Amino acid sequence: MLQLFKFKGGVKPDSNKTPSVQMPIGIAPLPPLLIVPLHQSIGGKPNPLVEAGERVLKGQLIGGADQWLSSAVHAPTSGTVLAVEERVAAHPSGLPTLSVVIEPDGRDAWIERTPLDYTALEPERVREILRDSGVVGLGGAVFPSHAKLAAAKSVPMEELIINGGECEPFMTCDDILMRERAEGIVRGSGIFRDLLKARRVLVGIEDNKPEAVAAMKAAVEKLGENFEVIAVPTRYPAGGAKQLIRVLTGKEVPASKRSPEMGVQCFNVATAYTAWRAIAHGEPVLSRIVTLTGNVEQPRNWDVLLGTPLRDFVALGKPKSDTDRYLMGGPMMGFEMPGLDAPLVKATNCIIAGSPKLFPPLAPEMPCIRCGACAEVCPHELQPFEMYWFARARNFGKTQEYNIFDCIECGCCSYVCPSHIPLVQYFRFAKSEIWSREREKNMADAAKARFELRNERDEREKAEKAERLARAAAAKAAVKKAPAESVSEVQTGDTSVAAVAAAPLDAEAVKKATIVAAMERARQQRESVQPKNTEGLTVAQRKEIAEIEARRLPLQELSALNADAQSSQRKK
Amino acid sequence: MLTAILIMALGALVLGAALGFASIKFKVEGNPLVEKIEAILPQTQCGQCGYPGCKPYAEAIADGEAEINLCPPGGMEGVRKLADLLGRDVKPLDAEEKPKQVAIIDEQTCIGCTLCIQACPVDAIVGAAKQMHTIVESLCTGCELCIKPCPVECIRMETISENIDNWKWKYPVIELKRVA
Repeated sequence: MLQLFKFKGGVKPDSNKTPSVQMPIGIAPLPPLLIVPLHQSIGGKPNPLVEAGERVLKGQLIGGADQWLSSAVHAPTSGTVLAVEERVAAHPSGLPTLSVVIEPDGRDAWIERTPLDYTALEPERVREILRDSGVVGLGGAVFPSHAKLAAAKSVPMEELIINGGECEPFMTCDDILMRERAEGIVRGSGIFRDLLKARRVLVGIEDNKPEAVAAMKAAVEKLGENFEVIAVPTRYPAGGAKQLIRVLTGKEVPASKRSPEMGVQCFNVATAYTAWRAIAHGEPVLSRIVTLTGNVEQPRNWDVLLGTPLRDFVALGKPKSDTDRYLMGGPMMGFEMPGLDAPLVKATNCIIAGSPKLFPPLAPEMPCIRCGACAEVCPHELQPFEMYWFARARNFGKTQEYNIFDCIECGCCSYVCPSHIPLVQYFRFAKSEIWSREREKNMADAAKARFELRNERDEREKAEKAERLARAAAAKAAVKKAPAESVSEVQTGDTSVAAVAAAPLDAEAVKKATIVAAMERARQQRESVQPKNTEGLTVAQRKEIAEIEARRLPLQELSALNADAQSSQRKK
Repeated sequence: MLTAILIMALGALVLGAALGFASIKFKVEGNPLVEKIEAILPQTQCGQCGYPGCKPYAEAIADGEAEINLCPPGGMEGVRKLADLLGRDVKPLDAEEKPKQVAIIDEQTCIGCTLCIQACPVDAIVGAAKQMHTIVESLCTGCELCIKPCPVECIRMETISENIDNWKWKYPVIELKRVA
C-alpha cells in the first residue's frame, strides 16, 4: 500500500452526491437548437470555419485552433448553421461571445471517422490530433490537454496522476464516468503515459466513491496495466490538482514552477476518456457528462451535446417550482448561469438547480474579527484575512505580496468565515483588477515604443530631406558657376564668341526639328493603318460607309482649324 | 607640520581623482526621475496636458514646471500615483475623466487624404493617398489627435464597451435591505 500524504487545510461540506448517482448515464435527446461558443478553452480564440446557411456533419470542424495554446471546436450533430453570431456565454458576466448556432436535422450523420493507432504515430502528431479534436481539461479548467503532454526537458516524468477526486459537493459526473466507462479512461491514461513517458500512473479517487474505485481497479486489471488505483481521504478540495499531487506523491508544487518541472502531471478522468475516443475512434469532443442535480425531481447524469441550451437541459430533470437559479459547477466554486439561453460548454461539469430553501441567502457581511479560521482551512497556506484587507482597500500590490495568485478560489475560506465575508469574491475582484492593470501597462509600453520609433523615423526623414536639399542647392550653385566660367573664357578668347551666341539658337532649332519629325512619324503611322473588315462588304454597306466618311470630313477640317487657332493663340 | 599638509593634500588629490573618475565612469544617462514619472503616465501621447507627448510632460513635472493633475487619460489614479512618487499633494484632475476610447474611421466618407496618418503619434492608422484609411484598434490609444485634421469629419471616438475579454469581477457590494 502506497504511503499517502496530507495537504493542509480543507473543509468537509455535506457531499449531497447520492441522489444523482442512482441512475445510469442518460443520453440527452437532441435539442431543437445548439449554440456552440467558439472559445471554450484557455488560450487563443478558434476562428469560425463555417458560415450561416452551411450544412455541417456531426464532428465537423467549425472552429480551428488559431495557435498552439488553443483548441478546436466541432459541430455536435449534423444540421444547418443558422448563424455565426454573438450569443450569451456560460460565463458569470452574462456577456455574449461568438457562437455557431446550429439547427439539428435529426439524422446525427457523422463525418468520416478514422481510428488511429497512436503507438505508430509521432508524439508530436498525437498532440496535434488532440488539439484538433478539441481535447481539453474537463475537470472545469478547460486547459488544452495537448499543451500539458510534454515532459520538462531536464526532469524525467515520475508520476502521471489521473484525477478522479471530484471533491465538489453535488457533482458526480466523474464518479459515474468511472463506474460506467472505466476502460476508456484507463486506455486514455495509457496514451498520456506513453506521451509523457511517465514511470508510474496513479489514479486518485476520493474514498466516498467505492464503486468507482472498484470499477477502475477492475478495468486496470482487465487491460493488464500497472496503474495504481488509490482511494484518498475525502476532504474538500482533495480533487484540486496541486492537492491531489501532494496527497499521492508528497510533492508540493511551488508557485514559481509548473508540475512537470517537479516530474508530475495531472489529468482529469474525463479528459483521459475523451483523449481515448479522439485517438482510437476518431471522435472529437462533442459531448460530455453533466450532473443535473439540486432542486430537481430527477437528479441524474446526462451525456449531453455541447451547445445544448440550459433551458432544454434542465427540462430533463424536471426542476421544482421554487427553483430560482442555476449554478454551473459546484456550490463551492460555481457561478450562477446568466440565463436559460446560455449553452452548456466543455467546462460545464454540473448544473445545480437552486432554490431559496436549498441555498438560503447569505447572512449579511460582518466586519472581520481576525479569528484566522480562513488561514487554517486554506489549502494553499495563504492568509486570506490579510489578502481580504488589502483587496478591500484596493491595495493590489500588497495582495500580490501575500501571493493572491496562488489562490485557487476553492471557497474554503468563505465557507468557514464566521463573519460571512465573501472572501473569494474579493480575491477574484483583486485578481481581475491586477490583470487589467497589467494589460494596460503592456499597452502603454507598446504605445511608447511605437511613439519613439515614429519620432526616430520623423527625425531621420527630416535629416534626409535636409541633406537632399543641401545637395540640390550645391548642384545648382555649381551649374551657375559653370556658365560664369565659360563666359569668362569667352571674354579671354574672342574667337568663340559667335559660337556661344549661336548655341542657344541651335538648341531651339534642334528641338523644333525633333517635334516636326515626331509629328511626321505619327502621321505616317496613322496613314499606314488600314481599316479592317473592309473586304467582302455589300454594296449597301459600302455606300453607307462612304456617306459616313463624307459627314466626317467637314468635322475633321473643323477640328484641324480649331487646333490651328489654339496653337496660334498659344504662340501669342 | 609640512608632512601633515602634504598628507592632507595627497588625500584630497587621490579622493578628488576618485570622485572625478566615478562621475565619468558611472554617469547616469538622463534623469531617473523622469523615467519613473513616465512609467506612470499612460503613454497616449495625446498632448492634452499641453506638452507634446508624455516624455516632455514627465520632464516638465520633474523640473517642477508642471502640475501633476494635467493628464486626463491617466485619471485620478494617475494623479494619486504621481503624488505618491513625488511627495506632492493630490489635486483634483484638471479635466473630466473619460472612459477609454478608440477612434473609428467611417470608411464610406474617408477621402484618403493621409492627414490623420500624419497626426497619429503611434502609427495606428493604415492607408495611402486616395486609398481608404483604417485604424488598427488594438494599437489606438484614444488620443483624439486624428479627429481635428480630418477634412471630412469622418473620424469618431467610441468608448470601448465591456466584453468577455476585458470583463472584470466587481467589487463585492453588500445589498441593503429594508428591515422595518
